[in-house]
Amino acid sequence: MTMTTYRSEAPPARDGFGQLLRAEWTKFRTVRGWVIGLVAAALVIVLIGLFGAAASNFSCAGPEGRSCAASTPPVGPDGEPVNDRFYLAHQSLSGDGSITARLTSLTTVSSSDNQKTEPEPWTKAGIIIKESTTPGSAYAALAVTGGHGVRMQHNYTGDIAGTVSTKPSWLRLTRSGDTITGHESTDGTDWHLVGTVSLPGLPSTVRAGLFAASPHHEVITESFVSTSATSYPTLATAEFDRIDLQGTWPDTGWTGDSIGDRAGGGPGGGAEPPVGFDETGDGVTVSGAGNIAPIVAGRGGLGKTIESSLVGAFAGLIAVIVVAATFMTSEYRRGLIRTSLAASPRRGRVLAAKAVVIGAVTFVTGLAAAVIAVPLVGAVERDKGHFMFPVPTATEVRVVVGTAALLAVAAVFSLAVGTVLRRSAGAVTVVIVAIVLPYILAIASVLPSGPSDWLLRVTPAAAFAVQQSVPEYAQVTASYAPADGYFPLTPLAGFAVLCGYTALALGVATFVLRRRDA
Amino acid sequence: MEATIEVTGLRKRFGPTVALDGMTFTVTPGKVTGFVGPNGAGKSTTMRAILGLDSVDAGHALVGGRPYRTLRHPLRQVGSLLDAGALQPARTGRNHLLWLAHSQGLGARRVDEVVGQVGLASAIRRRAGSYSLGMRQRLGIAAALLGDPPVLVLDEPVNGMDPEGIRWMRGFLRSLAAEGRAVLVSSHLMSELQDTADHVVIVGRGKVIADVSVADLIESASGDRITLLTTARTQAMTVLAHAGATVAVTGADTLTVSGLSGERVVAVLGENAVPFSEVSAHRASLEEAYMELTRDAVEFHAAVAEEAAR
Repeated sequence: MTMTTYRSEAPPARDGFGQLLRAEWTKFRTVRGWVIGLVAAALVIVLIGLFGAAASNFSCAGPEGRSCAASTPPVGPDGEPVNDRFYLAHQSLSGDGSITARLTSLTTVSSSDNQKTEPEPWTKAGIIIKESTTPGSAYAALAVTGGHGVRMQHNYTGDIAGTVSTKPSWLRLTRSGDTITGHESTDGTDWHLVGTVSLPGLPSTVRAGLFAASPHHEVITESFVSTSATSYPTLATAEFDRIDLQGTWPDTGWTGDSIGDRAGGGPGGGAEPPVGFDETGDGVTVSGAGNIAPIVAGRGGLGKTIESSLVGAFAGLIAVIVVAATFMTSEYRRGLIRTSLAASPRRGRVLAAKAVVIGAVTFVTGLAAAVIAVPLVGAVERDKGHFMFPVPTATEVRVVVGTAALLAVAAVFSLAVGTVLRRSAGAVTVVIVAIVLPYILAIASVLPSGPSDWLLRVTPAAAFAVQQSVPEYAQVTASYAPADGYFPLTPLAGFAVLCGYTALALGVATFVLRRRDA
Repeated sequence: MEATIEVTGLRKRFGPTVALDGMTFTVTPGKVTGFVGPNGAGKSTTMRAILGLDSVDAGHALVGGRPYRTLRHPLRQVGSLLDAGALQPARTGRNHLLWLAHSQGLGARRVDEVVGQVGLASAIRRRAGSYSLGMRQRLGIAAALLGDPPVLVLDEPVNGMDPEGIRWMRGFLRSLAAEGRAVLVSSHLMSELQDTADHVVIVGRGKVIADVSVADLIESASGDRITLLTTARTQAMTVLAHAGATVAVTGADTLTVSGLSGERVVAVLGENAVPFSEVSAHRASLEEAYMELTRDAVEFHAAVAEEAAR
């Protein structure tokens, strides 16, 4: 008997990666535990954010029962919260003009014991042109600093270095419309340009004069598991002479004002430094404390950053890691991998399809969680009396999308490790130790900032840098440790570290998947 | 594509253990080919090698003239069932078939067709974890049929099935072969292949012991033996032995006689007035034939081992 070979009547189908993607997506969505796991990840992210906000306690009582009016800091021209507290001897300047002064000495005392101390690096005294005496108003200043020479600063974040570092130092600010130009000199005849800045919308009459400010002296002592900070106020005294005012200066003398004098909520204890000014012959001596600078987010600060709404990301990440690892390891556990590879013998493509599917569903989940958490938690924080550090929209989008991308790439990493190890317990442990543990050690102040920085450079946890929304300011002395929300790598570089580890793991996974008997 | 499986000289070692030792056979279309051997004979390893899942140290396995790994929609050319338990327990049977269908560019309609073919429609929307072994086997057959393939490779498909299921499976496999498909079915029990296989490949220790049609196998095992039913067993044995036959007792009233034709047996019993109720040509069961074959193989191995021990 001759037998005719069987011919299928099924229509031919195109061979495509899309079919594999569809198959892996069907696999994923038809196991309820995985879907629930991702929904749980999103919920955990939102809920931990809300819990953190709800548990945070903000209370402040000013001295002698004064209210906490200054708990919300002034805001600079660009919207960022600022410190704007210093002593100013000023006159009004109408229209264009200039002010020139020679700073002959700059000394500081600790206001706790009135002992002379080294000036703080960012103790500063010099000349300033300011929109008004209202804290947060626009300004340009040319100052001699305790440790950074002559600086021209404006509107809190602008900082241009001069060249003069010897005293006496000659300083000159010239106003021409919205433009302020700063010059420095060592002898009053040979002037060098320091910088030119623009203060848009500066009124025709401004305040101009001599100022002094000195930030708190801060000593941060770090040890394992604990960080302690010692801080005391300092007072700067600067002596000026050879003051030369050009243009229209209608006032007849100097007015002294303690700008932004705390209406309450200052650090408890310690006598107020004796701020003020004295006119001596052709000179003026100004004593002031405080700082003119952006407020820096950190452990001790009252402000909240948008990434603090996303502190739950690490917990959501744990759920994502478990789901992603199991998405692969369950195939090995049940022997289903043979069915998968018999259906699609090109094994690299199976892994690629799985990676795309788990990455995409995790990204969407993470994005949804972040988009919900950021405004929701922010609203609760504001309701509690915290202020939010405003960030540009692009930064906010980067933090939200970056968090989703971090979760997605970590999911792919977990999938790849699961492929190599074939056991969910092992894979989950490895990935958590690689990503979540370093992050927690660094963020929770368990380790000092040195090892923390190191961990956040070399481990996949570096990718959490995508969440940093506030910049470090060179002109502000503060703790810029991971625990304060400052990462050693830029967002892109940190994310690249995670991507590098993931690419490596995927490479090894592809290699072993191709080589191994299924 | 030609509906054949060609296995040529497969060799594979797992460490010191030789799993495949030159396995060679061909499966042709229109037949159910049984793949029989004791556990550990290399059946599953051979099947995994055919499906491109296990690599081999030497030799090759081709399906329709091509290595499995080069097939673009393999399930449209080769349907396979290796392990009915390879299921995600939380996924329903239907969703298991659905992802497989999607991977081959097939849709839900094809899933419903194969579910009907294997008679699993009532349970298909339940979690696969709740299935009995028999239901898993049916689901596995449905998965193998998804791509309507001309070649089927099934590893122990009746394992764990109830008698009704086994009967269904036999008929089903025969009908698939009758449509012109090449069907390779493994079993460690020859009796499972009775009335199913047209051809058997008998393996032991990683290589083929016999590659033979079931009809030839049974004929050679039956020889020219006669089955005799008689109440006078002792008397019958005596007279037949005198007439030059070899007689063996195979039951209370049953004797198996060799060395004499059926006519001679009837004549000798008649001459000596020995009562008997039936004389028939003996037909060996597949199991007997298998035992005969493997006994030779076992004796051969024992002899070789003994010699080697000396």
